[in-house]
Amino acid sequence: MTARLSIGSLVLLLSLVFAGAALAVKPDEMLADPALEARARALSEGLRCMVCQNQSIDESDADLARDLRILVRQRLVAGDSDRQVMDYVVSRYGEFVLLKPRFDLRNALLWGTPVILLLAGGLFIALNARSRRTLATKSLSADEQAALDAILRRD
Amino acid sequence: MVETGHFALVLAFALSLVQTIVPLVGARLDNQRLMAVGGPVAVTGFALTALSFAALASAYATSDFSLANVWENSHSLQPMIYKITGTWGNHEGSMLLWVLILTFFGALVAAFGSNLPASLRANVLAVQGAIGAAFFLFILATSNPFIRLNPAPIEGRDLNPILQDLGLAIHPPLLYLGYVGFSICFSFSVAALIEGRIDASWARWVRPWTLVAWMFLTGGIAMGSYWAYYELGWGGFWFWDPVENASFMPWLAGTALLHSAIVMEKRSALKIWTLLLAILTFSLSLLGTFLVRSGVLTSVHAFATDPTRGVFILCILTLFIGGSLALFALRASRLTAGGLFHPISREGALVLNNLFLTTATATVLVGTLYPLVVEAFSADKISVGAPFFNLTFAPLMVPLLVMVPFGPLLAWKRGDILAVAQRLMAAFAASLLAMLVTALFISGATVLAALGVGLAVWLVLGALTDLAVKAGFGNVSVGIMARRLAGLPRSVFGTALAHMGLGLTVLGIVGTLCFGTEKILSMHPGETVELSGHTLRFAGIYPAQGPNYSEDRGRFELIGPAGNPVGEISSAKRFYPVRQMTTTESGIKTLGLSQLYISLGDEGKDGSVVVRLWWKPLVTLIWGGGLMMMAGAAMSLMDRRLRVGAPSRRRKRIEVPASAGMP
Repeated sequence: MTARLSIGSLVLLLSLVFAGAALAVKPDEMLADPALEARARALSEGLRCMVCQNQSIDESDADLARDLRILVRQRLVAGDSDRQVMDYVVSRYGEFVLLKPRFDLRNALLWGTPVILLLAGGLFIALNARSRRTLATKSLSADEQAALDAILRRD
Repeated sequence: MVETGHFALVLAFALSLVQTIVPLVGARLDNQRLMAVGGPVAVTGFALTALSFAALASAYATSDFSLANVWENSHSLQPMIYKITGTWGNHEGSMLLWVLILTFFGALVAAFGSNLPASLRANVLAVQGAIGAAFFLFILATSNPFIRLNPAPIEGRDLNPILQDLGLAIHPPLLYLGYVGFSICFSFSVAALIEGRIDASWARWVRPWTLVAWMFLTGGIAMGSYWAYYELGWGGFWFWDPVENASFMPWLAGTALLHSAIVMEKRSALKIWTLLLAILTFSLSLLGTFLVRSGVLTSVHAFATDPTRGVFILCILTLFIGGSLALFALRASRLTAGGLFHPISREGALVLNNLFLTTATATVLVGTLYPLVVEAFSADKISVGAPFFNLTFAPLMVPLLVMVPFGPLLAWKRGDILAVAQRLMAAFAASLLAMLVTALFISGATVLAALGVGLAVWLVLGALTDLAVKAGFGNVSVGIMARRLAGLPRSVFGTALAHMGLGLTVLGIVGTLCFGTEKILSMHPGETVELSGHTLRFAGIYPAQGPNYSEDRGRFELIGPAGNPVGEISSAKRFYPVRQMTTTESGIKTLGLSQLYISLGDEGKDGSVVVRLWWKPLVTLIWGGGLMMMAGAAMSLMDRRLRVGAPSRRRKRIEVPASAGMP
C-alpha cells in the first residue's frame, strides 16, 4: 500500500509522510527535571526518525523514534552534554539521523550555496552598476561625434 | 461517458500536437492562416480536456468501480464531496487536473490575446501546446485514469482518510492554478526567444499572468499549510518537507519574477533577467512535479526500482528546461538590454529583492536535492531537514524584509535614500517601541522574539507609510488626501496590501514560535488543566459513528473566569475500517487571532487518555497574511494598465505627482 500511496498527489505524499502521527512524546517518557526535559526536546527536534520521511523523533509516533527519544533522555540523565548525546546517537545510527547536516567538506556546497550566491550575485550587480554608470556618462569620441554630425547634416 | 472521456483525452493530445506545430510553422513562414489555427485549437483542446475531466469526476461521483482509478481511490459510503474531490486525490487524476489547468491557461491566451502581435500569439500557443502534448502523452502512456477493470469490483478501496477533508477540495486546484499558471510566463519567454525580440506588448502581458499565477500559488500554499496544521495533529504549519519545498521554490522565484517584471514594464530594464526568471520559475514548477510524481523523494533507489513515470517526467524536464535554457543561451545576446538606473533607485531596490529571493530559492533547491545527490554518488545517506532550512533561510529573509518598506518609496531611476529614511522615521520609531514593549512586558520574550515583532510592525507600518506619502500626508488637507488616495493606481494599494500581509504572516510566525506554549499530559475525565491562562476541563471520551468511519471523540470544556463553561473543544481519533487507518481530528478553538489546539493520544487502561495541548498566539495571522497577499495581487490585477486582456490604452497615465521621489 505504501508504494502505491507514495506516488500520490502532492498532498497525498505530504499526508502519507505524516500519516498516523498523532502524538509523539508521551507523558511516561518525559523527565522529571524540566531543564533536562527541555534539552531533550530541543535535541529531539534535530534528530530524524529513521523509518519516517523527514520527521523528527520529537514528532514521530514510530517505535524506533520512541526508542531514540528514550535513549537521548538516558544519556542526558547520565550527564552527557548536548554534543556528546548527538555524537553518541550519530555513532550508533550514522549521519543520516541528523536533520541538520554537519559542516564538513562533503556538505560544503550545501552550506556554502547561500553565501556564495549572495556574494557572487552582489558582486555581479555591483560591477554591472559601475560599468553602466561609466557607459552612461562616457561622452562620444571625436570620431563618433563626427559621424553623428554627418548623420544629422544628411537629414 | 467514461469512454467519451478517454476518447476526448486522446483527441486533446492530438490537438495539442496540432497546436504545437501549425502556429509555429505559420509564424516561421509568416502565414496568417496557419498562425490563426492556434487560437481555436487551444480553446477546443481545453474543452476536450474539460470533458475528459468531467467524465472522470462523474465516474467518481457515481462510484463506477469498473475504472481501476476509481476503485483504488473511492468508496460508495464516502460523502459526495469526498467522492468528487477524490478525482484529483490520486496520481492519475491529479495529472489530469494538471493538464486541465494547462489547457485552461492556453485557452485564456487564445481568448484574450487578440491584441497581441499575431506571431507572438502563435508562438506562445505553440509552446503551451508543446508542454500540453508532453503531459498528455505522459498521462496516456503511464498514468491513464481511464483503465477499466473486468470484472468490475463491487466495492472500492476508499480514499486515503487523511485526504477526506475539505482541504482536498481547495488546496490542489489552487496550487495547480499557481504552479501551472507560470507556464504562461514560460511560454511567453520562449516565444520571445524564438522571435528574438522583446517588445512592449510582451512586457505588458507577462506581468498580469505572473500576478494571477502568484496569487493562486500563494493561496494554494497558505491553504496547504493550514490543512497540514489542523489535519496532521501536532500543530506545525510548515515542515520544510521536500513536497512543500517543491511548491515553495516556484513561489519564491515567482515572487522575484513579479518584482522584476515591474521594472521591465515600467522602465523596460532587466528584460533579459526577467525572461530568464520566467523560464526558471516554471522550470521549478516542472521540477516540483517531477519530485512529487516520480517517487524519487522516498529514496533514489525506490525511484530506480519503478522508474517508468519518473524517467518519463525526467525526459519532459530535460526537454523543456534544457531546451529553453539552450535557446536562451543562443538568443539572449540578441535581445537589447533596457534602461539605465542608479543603484539607489526603485529599480536598484528591486534588483536587491531579486538577489535575495533567488538566493533563497537556490538554497531551498540545494537543500532539497542534496540528500538525493549524496545518495546517488556515494553509499552514504544524509538528511536535510527543518533545522538546516531555518538556519539558512531566515538569515536571508531578515535583511530582505527590513528593506521591503524602502522599495515602494524610492523613486525610479535615481532615488534619495535619506529622504525615504526620513519618511519611514515614524514607522521605525513605532517598531522600536513594539520591540521594547515586547521585551519588557511580555513574559518569556527573547531578544529574537522582540526583533521579530519589531520586524512585523515595521513591515505593516512601512506599507501604510507608502500609502500615506503617496496621498500627500502632512502636505495637504485631509480632503485632498482622501481624493488623492482614491486616485492612486490600484497597483499601489496592491503593493501595500501584499507587503502588509507579509508583515502579518511574520507576526503570526513569531507569535506562534516564540510565545506558544505546550502541555503533554495524561488526563482522566473530570480533570482540568491550565494553559497560558486558559482552563480546560476534560469531559470524557464519547464514541460516535460517521458515514465511513467510527470515532472516539474527546470533549473538553473551556472554563471561563467565573468557573462556568464558556465553550467546547472536541478532538477525535477516527478509524477508517476500509483502509484500516487511524487519523487524528484535532480540536481547535479560535480566540481572537489565537488558537487553542488539542490533540488526542492513546487511551490508558485506567480510563485516562494522553492529551497534547497547545496555545498558539496569533497563529491565524500566518494564513490571514497569505490571504491579504492574495488580495493585494487581486487589487493589482484590477489596475487598468494590467487588466488581463484590457485593450491597450494609448492614453498615457499621468503619474500621480505625489508619488515617491518628491521631497
